[in-house]
Amino acid sequence: MRAQSVAATTKTTRSFVGQWTLFRRRFLRHRLAVSGLVVLAMLVIACFGAPWIAPFQENHQDLITGSTGPSPVHWLGTDELGRDFLSQLLYAGRISMSVGLGVGVLSTIVGVLLGSLAGYFGGWVDELIMRLVDLFLVVPPIAILALLLQGFGSSSATIVLALSALGWTVIARVARSQVLSLREKEFVDAAIVLGASPLRVIVRHMIPNLAGVIAVNVSLAVAAAIITESTLSFLGFGVQPPDSSWGNMLSQAAGLLGTPQVHLLLYPGLLILITVLSVNFIGDGLRDALDPQTKR
Amino acid sequence: MSSTLEAIDVVKEYPVRSGLFRRRTGTVHALSGVSLEVPKGKTLGIVGESGCGKSTLGRSIVRLHDIDSGSIRLDGESVESASGQDLRSLRRRVQMVFQDPYASLNPRLTIGSALIEALEIHGLAAGRRSERAQELLEMVGLRPEFVQRYPHEFSGGQRQRIGIARALAVEPEVIVLDEPVSALDVSVQAGVLNQLKELQDLLGLTYVFIAHDLSVVRYLSDEVAVMYLGRIVETAPTGRLFAAPEHPYTKALLSAVPIPDPIVERSRERITLSGDVPSPLNPPSGCRFRTRCWKATERCATEIPLLRTMADGTRAACHHPESETQSPTDPTDSQRTEAGAQ
Repeated sequence: MRAQSVAATTKTTRSFVGQWTLFRRRFLRHRLAVSGLVVLAMLVIACFGAPWIAPFQENHQDLITGSTGPSPVHWLGTDELGRDFLSQLLYAGRISMSVGLGVGVLSTIVGVLLGSLAGYFGGWVDELIMRLVDLFLVVPPIAILALLLQGFGSSSATIVLALSALGWTVIARVARSQVLSLREKEFVDAAIVLGASPLRVIVRHMIPNLAGVIAVNVSLAVAAAIITESTLSFLGFGVQPPDSSWGNMLSQAAGLLGTPQVHLLLYPGLLILITVLSVNFIGDGLRDALDPQTKR
Repeated sequence: MSSTLEAIDVVKEYPVRSGLFRRRTGTVHALSGVSLEVPKGKTLGIVGESGCGKSTLGRSIVRLHDIDSGSIRLDGESVESASGQDLRSLRRRVQMVFQDPYASLNPRLTIGSALIEALEIHGLAAGRRSERAQELLEMVGLRPEFVQRYPHEFSGGQRQRIGIARALAVEPEVIVLDEPVSALDVSVQAGVLNQLKELQDLLGLTYVFIAHDLSVVRYLSDEVAVMYLGRIVETAPTGRLFAAPEHPYTKALLSAVPIPDPIVERSRERITLSGDVPSPLNPPSGCRFRTRCWKATERCATEIPLLRTMADGTRAACHHPESETQSPTDPTDSQRTEAGAQ
């Protein structure tokens, strides 16, 4: 009898598939998400591998040629300083990507954690965190950003930190309200009765149920961070020439409206769009993959 | 034999706050001095209308919230003040099965992960947790392959069995069953109830069985406690309670249970209570049932009836229990005639 049941158990063990495998399978079935991931990976490789991939070195100038249209040597032409535009774009992508993705991920992690803590514990923890959120929401962000970047200098790391410090509040409020409603679910009570620590309840039982709002928030935050960075560059607090980002290439090219070089406006814009869309699709895919009820 | 679970004069009150300064403007009296005792390996059924405090009592026993006064003890160890390591070991000893099978399982976790989590928390079955999860499913009558499925793939009855398996994962001594079958079809209820009974015999579990359906309670319980507005009005061994209820409220509850024989059903007297349960914000003085009781006298309004021991292990909190009334079935009371006309 005993031996029989042991045999039965070992036979069924083989078919036991972990949660992670199921998640990966569901994600891979999501075509848009997979293509988003591929495109984003290609962009990341191209930008961060720019020193090896780009046709010209960073800030290589050809002052005699000046601004030219697309040619076999300069695929996208050159800017007014004679810099190869394609190479510029790739180098600029390093900063824009790290700012966009960095802020998207960092602000979401901080916001979700603080928002969940506020919602889960309530009381003075909630008061403290939510008043902090209010504080961040009432002060004009550009002023704080300018102050911070002035103080700490503007590198992509400080820009990421500064933008995340301001960006976590939105998702924190959303996470808090969701956690408040999850707090009433019986499966949370069941976990508590089983002896799960608050951290385990939040990480294991609540955050996975926030996947939808988190996915949306990340993709919005990535786009917003790339754009905000360009605003900052424009105001002189962001990335400064000769370094460039997609944002400040965009604002520089805005001056070319009405000239034959107007196509230069297109490329940085297009790359921002592609990055944001890819992140969006990946977010969609993650959300669906995390939700076992998705029919696909 | 030592008694496993004891509640002594448990009081739980919720403040009602309103206004700008969150002033306390009232108190919900959820539990007003509840005492009970469940011997090891036995089942205590707790019945009462919704809002009578039976779920609050269950949640106090599993320490989902604190109580305001009184004590809950497990083999003499106090539950209400346990913390840290004591609370952790208490969590292993007392488990709960919840009412709503659709809300009590995390939709994002496979059944296997949910069961394994319970094992992880207490460091049980290290190295063979997925096998143990499959064993647990077999114990509650489900197929072991179900470990990799998600809650939405199951019916209500199956989910409730999964909830039971999760509670069993930590090898508890006491399980609080909070209306475990009230959300299920009648045909499924029987299966789950039988399973609970089998598991009790197999593992020597102590059950606190909360329900509002008397026939369900009757099947599983050794003893039944009837609650009304935060107090226990009567406790008795199951057979005794159904045969000879002492408290008028118990009598009224029992008369509402349908009898499957139409002749008996037609001929028996029914007691229909008039009015609603008074608000627990402002419960009646003295006996809380007096506003709906056909036997109520002046004494009932001034003096809180205490649980008194009657014949055959029955304890009732009533100034005019059935066995002490001269003509227990005398239908002269105006309230009853009115009720009968309805």
